[in-house]
Amino acid sequence: MADEITPDELLDKIDYGTPSGDWMDTTKSVQIRPGMYCYAAKAESVETLGLPNARPWNPVEDDWKLPDDWQQILHEGIKERLERFRTFKIFMDVCVRCGACADKCHFFLGTGDPKNMPVLRSELLRSVYRNDFTTAGKILQKIPGGQRLGGNRPLTLDALKEMWYYFFQCTECRRCSVFCPYGIDTAEITIMARELFNLIGLNIDWIATPVSNCYQTGNHLGIQPHAFKDMLEFFVEDIEDITGVDCTPNFQKKGADILFITPSGDVFADPGTYTCQGYLILFQYLKEKYGLDVTWSTYASEGGNFGFFTSHETMKRLNAKMYAEAKRLGVKWILGGECGHMWRVIHQYMDTMNGPADFLEVPVNPITGTRFDNAASTKMVHITEFTADLIKHGKLELDKSRNANRIMTFHDSCNPARGMGLLDEPRYVINNVCDNFYEMPPNTIRENTFCCGSGAGLNAGENMELRMAGALPRATALKFVHEKFGVNTLGTICAIDRAALSTLCEYWVPDVEVAGIHELVGNALILPGEKERTEDLRMEPLPGCEEEE
Amino acid sequence: MTQKYLIPLTAVFLLFLVAYTGAGAGLGWFFGIVVPYLAVLAFLVGFVVKVMGWTASAVPFRIPTTCGQQKSLPWIKQNPIDNPDTSSGVFVRMLLEIFAFRSLFRNTKAAFNRNASNRIIYSWEIFLWVAALAFHYAFLVVVLRHFRFFTAPVPGAVQFLEALDGIVQVGLPGLFLSGVVLPAAALFLLARRLFDAKVKYMSRASDYFPLFLILGIAATGISMRYFTKVDVTGIKEMTMGLVTFSPVIPDGIGGLFYGHLFLVSILFAYFPASKLMHLGGVFLSPTRNMANNTRARRHINPWNYDVPIHTYEEYEDHFRDKMIEAGLPVDKKE
Repeated sequence: MADEITPDELLDKIDYGTPSGDWMDTTKSVQIRPGMYCYAAKAESVETLGLPNARPWNPVEDDWKLPDDWQQILHEGIKERLERFRTFKIFMDVCVRCGACADKCHFFLGTGDPKNMPVLRSELLRSVYRNDFTTAGKILQKIPGGQRLGGNRPLTLDALKEMWYYFFQCTECRRCSVFCPYGIDTAEITIMARELFNLIGLNIDWIATPVSNCYQTGNHLGIQPHAFKDMLEFFVEDIEDITGVDCTPNFQKKGADILFITPSGDVFADPGTYTCQGYLILFQYLKEKYGLDVTWSTYASEGGNFGFFTSHETMKRLNAKMYAEAKRLGVKWILGGECGHMWRVIHQYMDTMNGPADFLEVPVNPITGTRFDNAASTKMVHITEFTADLIKHGKLELDKSRNANRIMTFHDSCNPARGMGLLDEPRYVINNVCDNFYEMPPNTIRENTFCCGSGAGLNAGENMELRMAGALPRATALKFVHEKFGVNTLGTICAIDRAALSTLCEYWVPDVEVAGIHELVGNALILPGEKERTEDLRMEPLPGCEEEE
Repeated sequence: MTQKYLIPLTAVFLLFLVAYTGAGAGLGWFFGIVVPYLAVLAFLVGFVVKVMGWTASAVPFRIPTTCGQQKSLPWIKQNPIDNPDTSSGVFVRMLLEIFAFRSLFRNTKAAFNRNASNRIIYSWEIFLWVAALAFHYAFLVVVLRHFRFFTAPVPGAVQFLEALDGIVQVGLPGLFLSGVVLPAAALFLLARRLFDAKVKYMSRASDYFPLFLILGIAATGISMRYFTKVDVTGIKEMTMGLVTFSPVIPDGIGGLFYGHLFLVSILFAYFPASKLMHLGGVFLSPTRNMANNTRARRHINPWNYDVPIHTYEEYEDHFRDKMIEAGLPVDKKE
């Protein structure tokens, strides 16, 4: 689809002007448009987890093959969630439509579609809530014109399709929530909406199939255990070519110190693969120098959790493997790789859902003696917290000059930024492995960071117009530092980012590459017994070694 | 969609006229006694029911929106207000949120220009914050000042507030600042809804109605104080009667007062069923009122239930041969 719409055509479409009239009158005319939606979930993927209404269906066809009582199912579903989630109930009740959130959403900024203003996205569902669940709404139903006046509407098929379309145009990035005077979090509303869709079998395939793979095979990409091992061993060979050191990792090693879990995307696709090599180099270094024993697992070979984009229950079912595997292997604690939504799940949900992790120890870095009190209960530490601690204590021997060709900026991923507050740890690591670092403008970083436009399961191929539109605010900020400071590398700590931002750069800022932070660590880290390196992990000549090519 | 604001505007006029003429037609007892009591009752019951409804819902996960650096390593400077990990940090965050509208203070405005650079420009947008703050504080002062009508003797604090509110000492009776700021801020908020295309598009009748209602209350109140000069002694006799549960309807209180009182009553009764409940909701919003310490201290989900998972044993059973062949450790060899 990116081939079909050029950046210029996309930019020409942007108009923040708003139509006159009432958005409710436009529900019927909403077109589920190619380039803007993701394909429907395959029946077999929905069946893997025994989720409802598995069947082939197509969003652009009139008949969505819904169960006969779909309205009743959704009504009961909303009712149940209002009782289970105070967030949902309050966010349905207290919005004053002040508009502070309106131009905070990357999808609104990239498309100008008023229904991408967070307030209206939520109103799509809120209008149904007001109609069916509030006393005022029930009274207004009986007065001619009352529904319209109150902004209430029944849950019709058109309303459902409109909701489906727009709640799959939200990446649950929480940027609007930062600006809302009541902390209304559209991500939370989108999570509820998607949970409701799943009750009647309306997931998208880019979420459902990874979920099914992860459940059965251990990771989103469906990499089977032997293949997973093969892929890491392939990296080991590459690293040996570059450094002369064998970084063979442990798999499912019982009694290891630490279980390491990272998104499978980094095992599978560039440039995440280089980040993955960075992990292998770091673990080899720590094993060689300090005797730290880290193990990987093919069973818990997925850090990400697309269940989070399906339902709370599905999230829990996928996440359960982490603790289960840590317990089985008898490790002391868990270390998590660079990933965005994975870390929101670990930080804000895991212990509550699948804890208590009383079979693990409070994480202590045996090399520095640092006790990670901030992870005392969940017992899982973020790799940039871990590496920052090692660097701070001078435990890593680093050669910054190997990254001298990288002029860096850093993209804060939504979830670590707004669902955790992991902001300075990655910056500290970057500044210790690389000399050239420039921040993007303040309105676009840290808690104000813009989404890559492809999060929350929307990183598919068929919705490329949506993704590139949503990527625009990030891209313009990146372009700014690219032009002003010559930034050529966009650092990130998210596997989806590594895929999505690469596409973003190719489309909007072609001269910038995307790199995970531990790729840079892997380049800079001086392994015991390594040969003189002439290439970086991408097998491109190191700065100063170009002429040897 | 003119009816979105014309209907609420007309409604407020009609409500005023109903009370104005009704009181003149001998229904003073109804608008002066029955309606205020019912309205206050509706407000109290409605407010409590709504808040109880919210608190009855569970808080299964601790999901604050973090707006600053987390507490992690001791040498990394935490932002203890925007990303609090303790209840005292949360307390400060909530204090700033409730009394200073901190999140709204961050507001920016985005503009996109289709030109060579195609940049999106963000500028600080402070007017909504200023108007919102002015509106709410002026409203609070007005409400507190009205305690003069419900207390005898009038407490020193109320008299002090009046003195402060009238500090400019202009005109007779002296001008209250809140009497200027409240309608001015309300008019600004109304103008935003009418003239900012985005805000207009998202606005509903239920957004215009409270604004018109409050403007109507302000207009009638200002008119009574500065222009038509109502019988204040009679009014105080009546309001004291209401709070002491021995209601009286003195003669000579004009229809304007009944109109004012009726609009206030409508506001009270309407409050719990409307978006105005953000007053209560802001205290309970889980993205703001929780500490970001979920990894340090376990949060309990009251309805957490067991779910089917794909166990390691099932996984190994499925892949055992391939695992053995690849040299991966297995629990059962056969």
